[in-house]
Amino acid sequence: MYRQNRIKAVKSGFICRLGSGNTSLETVEMSNHLKCMENPVKIRQYPHKPAQVYLYGTCLVDSFYPQSGLDAIDLMTRQGIEVIYPQGQTCCGQPAYNSGYQSQAKAVALHQIKQFELDIPIVVISGSCGGMMRHHYQSLLADEPGIQSFCDRIYEFSEFLLHVLNIQLTDTGEKERIALHTSCAARREMGSHNTSKKLLEQLSNVELIEHDYESECCGFGGTFAVKHGDISVAMVEDKTKHLLAAEPVRYISGDWGCMMNIDGALAHQKQPLQGEHIASYLLERIVGKARWKAS
Amino acid sequence: MTQFKQNVKRDLNDPQLRDNFRGAMDYLMDKRQAAFTDEDEWTILREQCKRIKQRCLLKLPQLLEQLEENLQRNGIKVHWAQTTEQANEIIAGLIAKAGGKTVVKGKSMVSEEVALNDHLEQQGVECLETDMGEYIVQLAKEHPSHIIMPAIHQNKSQIGKLFAQHIDGFDYSTDVDTLIKAGRNVLRDKFCQADVGITGVNFAVAETGTLCLVENEGNGRMCSTVPDLHIAITGIEKVVETLNDVPPLLSLLTRSATGQAISTYFNMITRPRQPGEKDGPKAVHLVLLDNGRSQAFADEELRQTLQCIRCGACMNHCPVYTRIGGHAYGTVYPGPIGKIISPHLLGLQATKDLPTASSLCGACEEVCPVGIPIPKLLLRLRKESVQPRADVPQTVQGQGAGRKPIEAWVWTLWALVHKSPRLYRLSTKLLTRLSWLMPKKLGPWTVARTAPKLAAKTLHELIDEREKQGKNK
Repeated sequence: MYRQNRIKAVKSGFICRLGSGNTSLETVEMSNHLKCMENPVKIRQYPHKPAQVYLYGTCLVDSFYPQSGLDAIDLMTRQGIEVIYPQGQTCCGQPAYNSGYQSQAKAVALHQIKQFELDIPIVVISGSCGGMMRHHYQSLLADEPGIQSFCDRIYEFSEFLLHVLNIQLTDTGEKERIALHTSCAARREMGSHNTSKKLLEQLSNVELIEHDYESECCGFGGTFAVKHGDISVAMVEDKTKHLLAAEPVRYISGDWGCMMNIDGALAHQKQPLQGEHIASYLLERIVGKARWKAS
Repeated sequence: MTQFKQNVKRDLNDPQLRDNFRGAMDYLMDKRQAAFTDEDEWTILREQCKRIKQRCLLKLPQLLEQLEENLQRNGIKVHWAQTTEQANEIIAGLIAKAGGKTVVKGKSMVSEEVALNDHLEQQGVECLETDMGEYIVQLAKEHPSHIIMPAIHQNKSQIGKLFAQHIDGFDYSTDVDTLIKAGRNVLRDKFCQADVGITGVNFAVAETGTLCLVENEGNGRMCSTVPDLHIAITGIEKVVETLNDVPPLLSLLTRSATGQAISTYFNMITRPRQPGEKDGPKAVHLVLLDNGRSQAFADEELRQTLQCIRCGACMNHCPVYTRIGGHAYGTVYPGPIGKIISPHLLGLQATKDLPTASSLCGACEEVCPVGIPIPKLLLRLRKESVQPRADVPQTVQGQGAGRKPIEAWVWTLWALVHKSPRLYRLSTKLLTRLSWLMPKKLGPWTVARTAPKLAAKTLHELIDEREKQGKNK
């Protein structure tokens, strides 16, 4: 009898904690977190070639790899469009967002959207930052009016070149073997592995080779690389091993975060292989090495 | 250094372990891929299963009561355990009441969660794991390193040595068939002698009061039919509404886990032995365990954690799990699902390293058969972990456990700089000008990498210069 009573008590407490369960199915289906990220790489309706675009340079390119930003501008300008670089842009907020500091991330994200007031595409030269601004802003800034239309204006660089500019690349370079590394966010949130590949395939003298575990993470992950350094190192060491085994002359990526990680590891291993941002690489292939370097 | 980080260091430096996991995960990824050749079918089935689980979770309290009602009607007794201690007490009580001395167990992660074997052994009850992987792990006095393949961290020669040491008359061998046969011989006798069989449950059907058990070795069927007393234990999230919900979930479960179209055995347990029947247990009990699940349930976003059907695909595809293995996590459920469920079972204080130990690559979400947004939930847990400590009520027990005042201050300063273009441009300008001051060693970053080099001028400056030149021309 005692046992039975006790079980009953447990059960009622239990159901109490579970609540009455009155939420309707509609509320669950309409909830934001379910809508967001459900199908990040949806079929997207692309606009016609615009007269103007914004460039989102990203904080990493700004302080470490500005040439990629200049090359992206050159490449797009050559297609007959004006590229505007708002000087007020800073960082998309991803580092704080991924570290759990969402209110700090929100403040910085809010600042970004104010820098891009014209209703023209915003081209981001990083799939990871692009994914942040296109998808994660929707939940982070859910209360912000017009956030959806801002997110709809975000394009990753290779996506924009391929689908909006319909770019036709004429390869002037010599024959070479390259590999492609796509950041995980770029792959899963922006589909950049497909768009980058299609652009590189337009280059007649370039042989794009696959490497083992191509879709596996390089181990960067922002603060993860510092917080869990040992795991991150194990991952990047494997990534460099597989890249080297494919014997490319260079490897290409649309994300400097990954390349900072992979290049750092390759240099530490005294390997000559280094990465190149896809914007710089494409420009070099169509303009020629000498002229490209002079710019 | 935290326990987790010590474990990681230990296991990353074990080349045998790394090889075992890489090989096994490659094998499982290939098997799964071969089972989902039609992308559209996968997408549709996954969406269907996600909705089934979401619908069932939405009605969870009612479904649990309906399940209890229908099980009791079928003659299966239902027990409610809010904590692991209660679950252990209930099960030990049932065994004691039946005068049981020996238990055979089918594979059950929930029984691992409550540490049932330890508890029963303290009560003088002998517990034998009968799933081959669990048996190996039990012989080695270890814990499962994977929720589907408990002994995946061991290779054939390690198992050969283990058997040679523990099984009388067994000569060392690495032949898989020989090993399995030797194990089975030991287990066969135990099934016949055992007083009690304990198993887990994959789906508990509320509509009919049916306990579904998915397995490949037939040991689950032995445990649930041979001994006179069968006790099943499961988490409250395993309840589904109707029998019709089971086939799509089962199809995704076996294909995601092992690439099988269906498991070798699929048991549907509806009642104990009836008068005139020749076999089956005389009594069947179900223990429903909460242990923190209602905490996840209470929050609409975190509730998605409970959609999990325990296929293990997330760990098979996880670059972190593949490298550190299952034991390093230090929790019963390892891998991506472990990172999002363990904080509810154990609190964030005990698990604060887990949500951050991910590069958020998203491989887990991509293969999850019920579409759990694992990276998004990791972000949520990170947020809970660094939030200022609230007293009560806390959405997640141990909220604020990962908060470091200095870190919080750094991010606030960071936000201050990055929402002010002037401050930002000033600081990046200073940074690039003072790059010669940047140290060559940057903590964990430069253990295996060179430090990145700052540019001479920022992109902001270069574009500014270009525009000025353009105007002057």
